[in-house]
Amino acid sequence: MKASNTLWKEKLAGQIADNLSREIDAFETDIALRKQGRLDERLFAETRLRRGAYGQRYDNGQRSDGQKVQRLNFPSGELTKGPNTLWDAPGMQRIKIPAGGLNAAQLETMAELAEEYSDGIAHVTTRQDFQLHYVNIDDTPSLMRRLAAASITTREACGNSVRNVTACPYAGVCQDEAFDVTPYSRALSKFLLGHPDCQNFGRKFKPAFSGCSQHACGLSSMHDLGLIAAKRVNAETGREEIGFEMYVGGGLGAVPYQAKLFDSFVPPDELLPLAQAIARVFARHGEKKNRNRARIKFLIQDLGIEKFRELVLEERKILPFDPRCTEYIKEAQAEFAESPLKPSGELPSLVAIEGLNGNSDNFKRWLKFNTRPQKQPGYVTVVVALPLGDITANQLRSLSDIVRRFTKETVRTTVEQNFVIRWVSKSDVRELFTALHAVGLGDPGAGALVDITSCPGTDTCKLGISSSRGLAAELRKRVSEKSFQQDEAVQNLHIKISGCFNSCGQHHVADLGFYGVSRKIAGYAVPHFQVVLGGEWSHNAGSYGLPVVAIPSKSIPQVVTRLTDRYVAGRNPGESFKDFIKRLGKAELKKMLDDLTKPPTTDRSYFSDWGDPREYTLGDMGVGECAGEVVSSVEFGLAAAERELFEAQLAHESGQVEQAGEKAYHAMLHAAKALVEVEYSDVTNDPEEIVSEFRARYFDTQKFFDPFAGGKFANYLFDAHRRAGQAYTSESSRHLMDEAQLFIDAAHSCYNRLGTLVTA
Amino acid sequence: MKGSHSIELQHINVKLLLKDSQGVDLNPLIPVFHSWIQGQVCDELLLDVADYRHVYGGPGVVLIGHEADYSIDNTDNRLGVRYNRKAVLGGGNQERLAQAALAALTACQHLHEDTRLNGKFHFNGQDIEIFVNDRLLAPNNEARREALSAEFQAFSERIFGETEYSLSFGDDPGRLLGVSLRTSQPVSVENLLQNLRSAPTAEDLAKHGPSSAVPDYDWREELKAAHGAD
Repeated sequence: MKASNTLWKEKLAGQIADNLSREIDAFETDIALRKQGRLDERLFAETRLRRGAYGQRYDNGQRSDGQKVQRLNFPSGELTKGPNTLWDAPGMQRIKIPAGGLNAAQLETMAELAEEYSDGIAHVTTRQDFQLHYVNIDDTPSLMRRLAAASITTREACGNSVRNVTACPYAGVCQDEAFDVTPYSRALSKFLLGHPDCQNFGRKFKPAFSGCSQHACGLSSMHDLGLIAAKRVNAETGREEIGFEMYVGGGLGAVPYQAKLFDSFVPPDELLPLAQAIARVFARHGEKKNRNRARIKFLIQDLGIEKFRELVLEERKILPFDPRCTEYIKEAQAEFAESPLKPSGELPSLVAIEGLNGNSDNFKRWLKFNTRPQKQPGYVTVVVALPLGDITANQLRSLSDIVRRFTKETVRTTVEQNFVIRWVSKSDVRELFTALHAVGLGDPGAGALVDITSCPGTDTCKLGISSSRGLAAELRKRVSEKSFQQDEAVQNLHIKISGCFNSCGQHHVADLGFYGVSRKIAGYAVPHFQVVLGGEWSHNAGSYGLPVVAIPSKSIPQVVTRLTDRYVAGRNPGESFKDFIKRLGKAELKKMLDDLTKPPTTDRSYFSDWGDPREYTLGDMGVGECAGEVVSSVEFGLAAAERELFEAQLAHESGQVEQAGEKAYHAMLHAAKALVEVEYSDVTNDPEEIVSEFRARYFDTQKFFDPFAGGKFANYLFDAHRRAGQAYTSESSRHLMDEAQLFIDAAHSCYNRLGTLVTA
Repeated sequence: MKGSHSIELQHINVKLLLKDSQGVDLNPLIPVFHSWIQGQVCDELLLDVADYRHVYGGPGVVLIGHEADYSIDNTDNRLGVRYNRKAVLGGGNQERLAQAALAALTACQHLHEDTRLNGKFHFNGQDIEIFVNDRLLAPNNEARREALSAEFQAFSERIFGETEYSLSFGDDPGRLLGVSLRTSQPVSVENLLQNLRSAPTAEDLAKHGPSSAVPDYDWREELKAAHGAD
């Protein structure tokens, strides 16, 4: 806890907007009340989450040190800041950056906070936020005040609320956009922040804006509310109008959903009211008790898009007039208008490039990957590629100086965990590169294979199963060494990694996606990644990849090498990776990777994760129950389940959706039966009996419960069983296959918890 | 220590620059830091290891603790053993400076003696950097640097003894208030530890409880000056 905490309030008096000041004061009071035991821990947990103060790994006070589970004896003892969350345990502070837009002073503030309250690193997230880690809860009011003084809020950065409103970082300067979505995204962000209609959601709600439908920058299709800029000619007036294609109910998470079209053209004046009406319908009809089905995508799935639309439009009709719906847009148009600092120019000649004293190759690559012409002639955007989304306090200060020197402080964060500097005169690119390079921010390869996206994973996230950042760092190192010698088609592939099935690393929309799972081999828990191939990043994350096979973490670099080599050697002219994967088919892919599924038991490095020498364990996720002994029949049953699911995927691939759905359902039954047999070996193959026994032995007893997802995955089985016999569509069988994969993964985890883990 | 008697220095960082640090591989350090957690070898409660080797000029590898972090820090591309005191300490400024230096030196000694590191992490014998990681208590301005100069000189005399040294402040107002100390000839970690041996441990200082002193730096004066008020 900082010695200066009591002083910042007075120091910043008058520099913080009244509403933000009141909110932070109230939060500080809540902290005091919680410490006195006068505020319930659950209530305090949601309060702090709505201020962006999140829990971090080991905040339950237990950590495996590689030999044993250590009790972390914090000075505040058993005082909690939420269920199973100790007060002193360091936490993560998420900071909302609407549309990713920042100015130089805000970058400096972020640098100071990273240095004084965190570990010197600010992390850019896949939703254009910042995150600081290892933050003490007692420091958060001061941290929030310093942000508020720089016009940044952490309000509703976490919790069941409207999260950061993201937008294409090229909005306003992109050559392909319909129009600049920036003011609309900022207006929506301001309008929904703290809005009374958004305070009673069962789960979070994420909006996103794109300026076009063909690129990935806004990722509208995977958001709860996705807006894509559109133009049309009014049939009556003959004049061009602007508006939005509005999508709802998209989302990644454990089972990804593509957003559904709500309206093909929403006029700007209707944008905010319609969003409000959607919020009301979500708050009123969305699931509240079962948080695993509480996202709006499930509500839309249950109601159907037509019924959902009907409810929203009815709600829209009765909304009282609110002048802010148009005022906020006008204000944002004025407030966020941008212009260049320098006159337009031309790119340096090749002769000038060669004069860069040994840096010319780097500069050429940087020009190719990191710059993009703006629609305004003579200007480019420049991407500052951050390794794993991390930037130091000193680099932030340097970046701040650089954006002041070359632009009118026009910089944005991106969903690829980078920065984009906008309005750079072409004449300045060489000088800008030199300035960035001098502070380690001039790496080429933005948006390329080397620019790997990763969530925090087991490094700091308590849901993490495998080390996504460790793997990302390793792949980055290996890919960097040969990235620019590789075939052009490989250079432009995307790798995205999540530490678990929750998809914060956006693995579903990568060419090569990975998410963390665990497997038990020879009595040891072994970190693995499920390989997800063929997702589509462009077209606003146009389609999702499918899981192929789980591979030990330490073999994933070989997976990348094999797949990229095969692509280079075997692709047809102009064939995309997605199409190549589709053509190869699951059977061939699995065959290609099959020998990598089993680690050599003599190589002990496989039993620890990347960047973490501790013997791997799931114990850090929560303490599991011990049934005493390893039961080999379970492994057999789970393998059968995986096989059946694989066949389901093949069937789906060949268009046999009915068979795919049936097989996915039976794969879940196989896995459930395998677990039931641990306790009841006479269980038959009757689905009714399997489900009933599974429910009694694993669900009602909570043995199957994931430490954080609870009974979510068991419900997938129960839902599938209830719907058995009904017809499957391509979409429903696809969802069922995803759910079956997660159920099987959960069965593996449950089995790990049942058996005694062998430790070194 | 004229002018600094009531300036409270908290959250002191001490960094000991390493010898032959070019191209040193930090990877072997990770299991070493994990073993420190296993053995809880420091005064502080040790929690986790954060790996930032991928970041240019960054914090390197950090051993996260509750009261303090230890790291092999590469800020400004100067590799060193860094101690970052996070929790408030009682006592006076000299005691708190000594506590941080003692912790950094002890960590350095552990690293040097650890056979897994093949003696690759050792103090260069001459360069120590000190930072105050709190901009409100210690803004990096001329007045503050001047006011604290005697405090740092007194500490330098204590830690270096008879050895000659030079002292220079960094003057970038965006950076933390920091001072670089350099001796005219190499001094061993053991000698420095010996010079500081009367320094209290964090545990001793914690017993005093947080200091009640309020920093004499007054932002009100600064604001008045900025707005032309009298």
